[in-house]
Amino acid sequence: MRPSRNAGLEVELATPRALSERLVQWLMLLCGLLSIVTTGGIVAILLYESAGFFREVGLRAFLFDSQWTPLFTDKHFGIWPLVAGTFLTTLIAVAVAMPLGLLAAIYLSEFAATGARRILKPVLEILAGVPTVVYGYFALTFVTPLLQKVVPGLAGFNALSPGLVMGIMILPIVASLSEDAIFAVPPSLREGAYALGASKLPTIFRVVLPSAISGIAASIILGFSRAIGETMIVAIAAGLQPRLTLDPRVPVETMTAYIVQVSLGDTPTGTIEYKTIFAVGMALFLMTLVLNLLSFHMRRRILKGGLS
Amino acid sequence: MHPPLSPLVAPQRPNSNLTEFTSARDIERAFRAICLLALLLPLLLLLVLLVDAVVDASSRLSWQFLSSFPSRHPEQAGILAALAGTGALMVLTAALAIPIGVGAALYLEEYASENRLTSLIEINISNLAGVPSIIYGLLGLEVFVRALAMGRSLLAGAATLALLVLPMVIMASREALRTVPLSIREASYALGADRWQTLRRVVLPMCLPGILTGIILALARAIGETAPLITIGALTYVAFLPDSLMSGFTALPIQIFNWISRPQAGFHANAAAGIVVLLFMMLLLNGIAIWLRMRLQRRIYW
Repeated sequence: MRPSRNAGLEVELATPRALSERLVQWLMLLCGLLSIVTTGGIVAILLYESAGFFREVGLRAFLFDSQWTPLFTDKHFGIWPLVAGTFLTTLIAVAVAMPLGLLAAIYLSEFAATGARRILKPVLEILAGVPTVVYGYFALTFVTPLLQKVVPGLAGFNALSPGLVMGIMILPIVASLSEDAIFAVPPSLREGAYALGASKLPTIFRVVLPSAISGIAASIILGFSRAIGETMIVAIAAGLQPRLTLDPRVPVETMTAYIVQVSLGDTPTGTIEYKTIFAVGMALFLMTLVLNLLSFHMRRRILKGGLS
Repeated sequence: MHPPLSPLVAPQRPNSNLTEFTSARDIERAFRAICLLALLLPLLLLLVLLVDAVVDASSRLSWQFLSSFPSRHPEQAGILAALAGTGALMVLTAALAIPIGVGAALYLEEYASENRLTSLIEINISNLAGVPSIIYGLLGLEVFVRALAMGRSLLAGAATLALLVLPMVIMASREALRTVPLSIREASYALGADRWQTLRRVVLPMCLPGILTGIILALARAIGETAPLITIGALTYVAFLPDSLMSGFTALPIQIFNWISRPQAGFHANAAAGIVVLLFMMLLLNGIAIWLRMRLQRRIYW
């Protein structure tokens, strides 16, 4: 961790003189603690509401049923169709973002002139800032009709089109973090390779990329996590039909899209339909948390200088 | 912040007339072109997206569209209520997130000693930044809408969005605080100022542009957030302007989503027009942030 900037002054200023100074310090601590309260709040409400859900439905039905139909008369609560929809769209997104993002990162850090790099990187980041409802519209009204001309049997709502568009959305995250990792490779390693007579490409593929691999992996894991948590693109263009399939041409529903679907209706609080969104939210939160922690851990290893 | 490229990046090969080396250089050139293509393809798609939205929207973008309430007839519908809702949401979100976010950043950068509580807060903030926005919606629904009985009000929406952007505001403010060098603080202490006086009169004014940049970028993100507002139950058909903190509301992305969900082509044109307005606002905020950052870079006076 970074040592405090005021470290040298700690002795003189450790005990604040005025009461107001101490008050200010306490207020600021409260602001910092709010972040912990937020996390605690998220965990508490998810646990509380999904506990109610599992009391009524049971973990068995949640994990071992292959249908998800809480909104119908014949209710089934198997989470797998939603998980399948989520993973299908996510895999498509990562399949787009991983190669493109990595190649873009290589270009930015190994080939681009400093000036070009300074312009291209912020422009690329605009892609991450476009509201997802806009991407949803683009997927539904532009990409799907276009794909229908090429892919036979592609339904109006499908996993393919939102998956591809989601790939464009997470691309800047993958590119930006991979680029940081690639750039963190010490120049001495490159120079060593050149001194041994290697030209640029072997240096990139045999020296630079292997050294940056944990940072690159971290960026891809974070891309996964973003795609799993992404809501509006899939809610708009994937179809809101839970289906246990890996066929990208038919309508599916993701975990996030299900939460939107229930929220749009007037579901009374306390009913089992209402509780389902928290059980699904819990599953979603756990998945993204594990991926985020993994990615954070891998990036921290780089920051700590695990490379040299 | 990249250091200048190493002089050894493109080694000269004295015997490049050999076929072997020429072909290696060709492969390198081809690979470079592929990398550039990978970078330009998404940017091209962004351009296509913009053009597509503007073309779809062209029939609907007018003063009437901006100044009308929603309607069952697509050609009479407008985004007045959505614009007012989004405006009010942004002001309230900023009012909640700025003091708390800057306060937390000041605590972590200026007051906190290196103990376990501090590192817990730091790790926690970076984790919160990765929580999907719809989970914040569930939190807002349970805490603000139900437990604190705010109902599906502007205040509940703004509080939810404020929690969502808080990690961004805190991280940007910390970055900005770190740019003020120790010598400036020491000068202030030497003149007899205590820590809070130094922060308020010296440090904060100096890093204000940096903090503002971070806040504007956070708001540029909040303005397009749809999922958490749907989850807390923002209305989709609003024919009035919000008149109090407790008033029901809709927002521009919600209105766009509502129009996309309808089958009639007329509403899709409305959605596209709404998208053009939303993108314009988002790009405007980003532009302001870039302008502020450039101003900031010019005005370094130490």
